[in-house]
Amino acid sequence: MALLEVKNLGISFGGLRAVDEFNVSIEKGELYGLIGPNGAGKTTVFNMLTGVYKPSKGVITLDGENITGKSTRDINRAGIARTFQNIRLFKEMSVLDNVKVGLHNHYKYSTAEGVFRLPRFFSTEKEMDKKAMELLHVFELDDKADFLASNLPYGDQRKLEIARALATEPKLLLLDEPAAGMNPNETVELMNTIRFVRDNFDMTVLLIEHDMTLVSGICEKLSVLNFGQLLCQGKTSDVLNNPEVITAYLGE
Amino acid sequence: MNNKTALAKTKMLKPQTKKSFTTYIMVTVVFVIMMILSSTGNVSSQIDGLLVPLCVYSILAVSLNLTVGILGELSLGQAGFMCVGAYASALFSIATKETILVEWVRFPLAILVGGIFAAIFGILIGIPVLRLNGDYLAIVTLAFGEIIKNVFAALYVGIDSKGLHIALNQADMNLEADGTEIIRGALGVKGVPNDSSFVVGFILLLITLIISYNYINSRTGRAVKAIRDNSIATESVGLNITKYKLITFALTAFLAGIAGALYSHNYSTLQASKFDYNLSILILVFVVLGGIGNIRGSVIAAIILTLIPELLRSINSYRMLIYSIVLIVMMILTSNEKARTFIVTNFGKLKGMVLKIFKRKDTAEKEVK
Amino acid sequence: MGFLNNLINGISLGSIYAVIALGYTLVYGIAKMLNFAHGDVIMVGGYVIFYSMTSFSINPYLSVLIAVIVCTVLGIVIEKIAYKPLRQATSLSVLITAIGVSYFLQNSALLLFGEKPVNFTSVVNVPSISLFDGQVVITGEAIVAIVVSILIVIGLSLFINKTKSGRAMLAVSEDKDAAQLMGININRTISLTFAIGSGLAAIAGALLCSAYPTLQNTTGAMPGIKAFVAAVFGGIGSVPGAMIGGILIGVIEILGRAYISPQLSDAIVFAVLILVLIIKPTGILGKKVREKV
Repeated sequence: MALLEVKNLGISFGGLRAVDEFNVSIEKGELYGLIGPNGAGKTTVFNMLTGVYKPSKGVITLDGENITGKSTRDINRAGIARTFQNIRLFKEMSVLDNVKVGLHNHYKYSTAEGVFRLPRFFSTEKEMDKKAMELLHVFELDDKADFLASNLPYGDQRKLEIARALATEPKLLLLDEPAAGMNPNETVELMNTIRFVRDNFDMTVLLIEHDMTLVSGICEKLSVLNFGQLLCQGKTSDVLNNPEVITAYLGE
Repeated sequence: MNNKTALAKTKMLKPQTKKSFTTYIMVTVVFVIMMILSSTGNVSSQIDGLLVPLCVYSILAVSLNLTVGILGELSLGQAGFMCVGAYASALFSIATKETILVEWVRFPLAILVGGIFAAIFGILIGIPVLRLNGDYLAIVTLAFGEIIKNVFAALYVGIDSKGLHIALNQADMNLEADGTEIIRGALGVKGVPNDSSFVVGFILLLITLIISYNYINSRTGRAVKAIRDNSIATESVGLNITKYKLITFALTAFLAGIAGALYSHNYSTLQASKFDYNLSILILVFVVLGGIGNIRGSVIAAIILTLIPELLRSINSYRMLIYSIVLIVMMILTSNEKARTFIVTNFGKLKGMVLKIFKRKDTAEKEVK
Repeated sequence: MGFLNNLINGISLGSIYAVIALGYTLVYGIAKMLNFAHGDVIMVGGYVIFYSMTSFSINPYLSVLIAVIVCTVLGIVIEKIAYKPLRQATSLSVLITAIGVSYFLQNSALLLFGEKPVNFTSVVNVPSISLFDGQVVITGEAIVAIVVSILIVIGLSLFINKTKSGRAMLAVSEDKDAAQLMGININRTISLTFAIGSGLAAIAGALLCSAYPTLQNTTGAMPGIKAFVAAVFGGIGSVPGAMIGGILIGVIEILGRAYISPQLSDAIVFAVLILVLIIKPTGILGKKVREKV
């Protein structure tokens, strides 16, 4: 059974069908790409998958569990974590604390234990620091743990968002244009990081991307959206050679 | 996880406790100096009368800063929560005057009662509004403060052999001859025991500071700061936003209630009209001038801005005018990029000083690591 | 008959709230901010009318016109100096600034005009109407308040929907960035909104002080906050909503004062606000906005 099963997903905004009849099936461990021209509805799909928007119709199943229409919070707890197209970090918090917020649901002590500094506060915080530093190390951000998140360079901010998402221990990671605003060198580095994450965290990744180097370089399968409709899907090489896809991107 | 992450440098970060301890020491030193001056008779009666109010204002400012600076929401109901705490604790003390004779048992209980009642009100107000946008929270807390003030000012409560009587005017209470009036409408409560002292005020301020710093530097505090910085991202990592907003709001109300208890036991009469909207604004001025999010700054601002107008009576009539200008100027200077750059580039000499002010927010963050 | 009298008083007070609420609702719709100082502009309008009538013996209607001009300019100046630099700032900073401006106006008035309330002479010389052998009396002030507020709502609706500047305001309230791309001057539109809102505040000042003739530096604060409640009640951003909300709040306040408790009438109005926010946060005619992710 596929990790993520999406059937007939659709949403309308004020009568306008933003996404219609979207279907996708992603196997565990896959690196899956969602592409399409601007305004095709890719981010809208992400927003439905993560509960930011409630779909008007369709069913989303994650690992056998129906998560359609659940809140963002519950969907994260069910196992989907994401990054955002316009980076949404906790800007006035340290890099380390950004990751520790991601760890929030896995390392617990009560508010009272925190306020009165009971033993569980110290032991749990120590474990959280250790875990967070491990994650930051993967993204080579460990020596910047003390920085304010807003003081990081752009590429590092994108990496920190991925680290924060991974901290929630998801089954599926959604990346919304991870390479946006990166130079070619940074993009290559990012591709390696994404592969590393997939291999070492046993992660399944669904990403939206415009950068074709990245898409063709790491995605195993692709779905193409155009005007809210699924244009085609399948193996990356097949999809990218499909004349319809080329037309959608380049015009008539 | 595999070998590569096992190799990770597990550089441990110590909890940043330095800032908070500096604040504790600062407050303690001021307390000790004032106690010495006071006991050697070197303090004017005017200052002596201000010692407890200074603690009250400092506690109020620190607690409001939790909502404004850490949660990033504006509450204009600080006076309302204080009012609840003041009345609840005063009534408790009056009611138990005969049963609990030992002051150091009764007063802490009264303070706790004040705090708990204020926190309950905080939760009741918070539940409907905390899911709304920030401007609504501001106006609803203002509305709540006014409701509390008006209700207490209109309330008549008396007790006699037949039990408790509650009414909206004196005659309707229908008290028996043996009855006593407890709350007399706008005239308020009479006969509150004078249990407050500078020592108690200092202890409460210190407790408030410890609770606040520990709260900010805990798992819950981190969640609250995350909500302030980006609520959508906070939800996306699986956090319950309403829960953490509510906890912060209740904590702010609790501490304001404690301040109210300290206040009501400092004077023998208690009137609801004291807890008006202007008081909430005054506390907000302390928070803004001390630096939003900066706990120590709130204490310093509360102390200085209470002392200066008292000592320089000549500026007293201009006080609120100056405060209003301070609010506007502080906001423009700290929030407008152009204003920042303009000042930094045009006042080279002042640069260091100015930068220090502007960096406040950043250092505040470091302090709350 | 007492009830009818109270109802008419409520509608007349509510009409004044409606005129004030229009200022809140326009500014909130377009600049996305709660202009705390709006109520205090009413007080400034009141003082301008008072002094031009008493110190300069100017005709009441001309005095109102002068007040409208002064308040319009004041509104534009406040926006330029205090709010414009904060367009990109957080709503917390903007709100604190607005409170600062409100306090600035109140305390400047305190220093300029003193603490003692002045007795305002009504600008209205419309005779009152007696019905049912004098059991029900509608004062001239009430008639004028109701008529003026209806005219303002109709005029404002026409302005917004029929003129170019009005449609620009609609566009900016819908989507600021898109409006800018369409060639709409955002700064000018926001200025215009503040100008209209503040001009209306002057008229509200004239109506309010004529009906309740004590004027002091805090005169505008409470009616201002209640009018905001009215704007929320009617649905923030909606012109007819402000009218409906204003009248409802006015009626609730007067009936509450008459039949529940005079001291609790403010508390009742605020309790209504809390109830509205629990039951229908978007108000009677408001619409929902969602944040873009």
